[in-house]
Amino acid sequence: MMLRPDLALIAEHVVPGTRVLDIGCGDGALMAALRSRSKVDARGLELDAANVAAAVARGLPVVQGDADIDLGGYPDGSFDYAILSQTLQTTRGPHLVLDEMLRIGRLAFVSFPNFAHWRVRLSLLWGGRMPVTELLPEQWYDTPNIHHVTIGDFRAFVGERGLVVEGAWFLGGGRRRGAGGANLLAEHAVFLLRKR
Amino acid sequence: MTDQRFGLSRHARLGPLRLDGGATLDVVEIAYETYGTLDAEAGNAVLICHALTGDQHVASPHPRTGKPGWWTRLVGEGKPIDPARHFVVCANVLGSCMGSSGPASTDPATGRAYAMAFPVITIRDMVRAQGLLVDHLGIRTLAAVVGGSMGGMQALSWPATFPDRVRAAVVIASTARHTAQNIAFHEVGRQAIMADPRWRGGDYPADEPPAAGLAVARMAAHITYLSEIGLTEKFGRKLQGREAKGFGFDADFQVESYLRHQGLSFVDRFDANSYLYITRAMDYFDLAEEHGGTLAAAFRPTAARFCLVSFDSDWLYPTVESRHIVHALNAAGCPASFVELSSPYGHDAFLLESPAMNRVVDGFLRGGA
Repeated sequence: MMLRPDLALIAEHVVPGTRVLDIGCGDGALMAALRSRSKVDARGLELDAANVAAAVARGLPVVQGDADIDLGGYPDGSFDYAILSQTLQTTRGPHLVLDEMLRIGRLAFVSFPNFAHWRVRLSLLWGGRMPVTELLPEQWYDTPNIHHVTIGDFRAFVGERGLVVEGAWFLGGGRRRGAGGANLLAEHAVFLLRKR
Repeated sequence: MTDQRFGLSRHARLGPLRLDGGATLDVVEIAYETYGTLDAEAGNAVLICHALTGDQHVASPHPRTGKPGWWTRLVGEGKPIDPARHFVVCANVLGSCMGSSGPASTDPATGRAYAMAFPVITIRDMVRAQGLLVDHLGIRTLAAVVGGSMGGMQALSWPATFPDRVRAAVVIASTARHTAQNIAFHEVGRQAIMADPRWRGGDYPADEPPAAGLAVARMAAHITYLSEIGLTEKFGRKLQGREAKGFGFDADFQVESYLRHQGLSFVDRFDANSYLYITRAMDYFDLAEEHGGTLAAAFRPTAARFCLVSFDSDWLYPTVESRHIVHALNAAGCPASFVELSSPYGHDAFLLESPAMNRVVDGFLRGGA
């Protein structure tokens, strides 16, 4: 089964035998891959009932819940990794969710669509319209992405919070890209963070 | 040679059993059924726990009403719990009236029915009685314990009571504690029974039960098993077999007629004193209280996996109660699955057709393999 590129990247870098909390785990594709490939003890949190049912039906421990509300019950340091893929921009309090992730997990993987990709910029610059792209397919009024973020924003944010970037990967045009020019050329970014 | 312990309509004399209330039952009778075959390692046993007025006939016809088993949607050939793979056990709970020890059983001290001399029991007492049965059947560890409503309380209580004797628990439309509102509805039912002159302090003859009181208790409880939208869809304000309101107190409305029927048919199959004892056990249930006030402490010793399902229209044990359990399971580090399913049928949804529930339970049970 093919994983979404950002998930494949995360799966590649999770150390086998570790404990993972996948926040916004969807139908559990990443969890299933981690469990079968690297003997990872993966737990999931997901908002959408149909996704949760699908994930549980494949035998995964996934609970229905909201990243903005339901992370408080997890004890400090109870996971090696907290993963938030393509979900940060949909949360009400992205900064608070990230705090919780680094409380619960020793390390945090965060992936998000880059709002400063050139297609998005063009759409705004020439069309004067909120971009509707393959990656951001919804219209402005029905998008779940309420906190759009760019790679530049995220780097600054991580710096302000004094977090350590253990790794950063950028995806654009179906391939991995270097860090230089990523804010213009990458559609997706994946960061691996820890507290100092 | 078939093993007399296995099959339909089985009966075991077990005990002694020391109860949470301090009393000891020297003999505990348990009526139960088994389906399927226990494998050589005794590793495929699934215990099904029934709800307040349920019984051991989970997948076989009820002897008195002739109705099919109460959970054939989940238990049976090709279902998530399948006798072809699982050794299914379902026992009538302690305190009930379908063959297990309860207030209608004979008190060895007097030779007459216990009635109100039967000791007050708890959900954990029911679970311990099931533990005796599981011992009797030669099962060390249950592959899973599964229940809805009060059955879910038992399923939750199992790993808390026997941390290393159960590998998975499925808790559907249930709660870790009875709320004030839950207790309040039960108290209405109990008072209805005890206000019936035929109750006679519990010492009524078997052929002259407090039927009117028990029927009212059932009517009140039955409302809590449904949802407003379900009642509106089914009955609305429709009149029963008449064109206009009767300006009297017959069952003018269909919903009245329906509730009266629910009450009347219930008294044919259930004992009033059992109803008092089992509702009491549910009201006393507070799993956190049993573990020093912290629900997570109940789950810390066990390695069991948990699956919780709630229904969005269930206001008896609403989703927030399941979520409360999930938070405690997360805090305890237990593998947990939880989903709120959509249904218009209220609390009763767990007994009705729910393909989504079946998929979730099936996947969860297979996921442990």
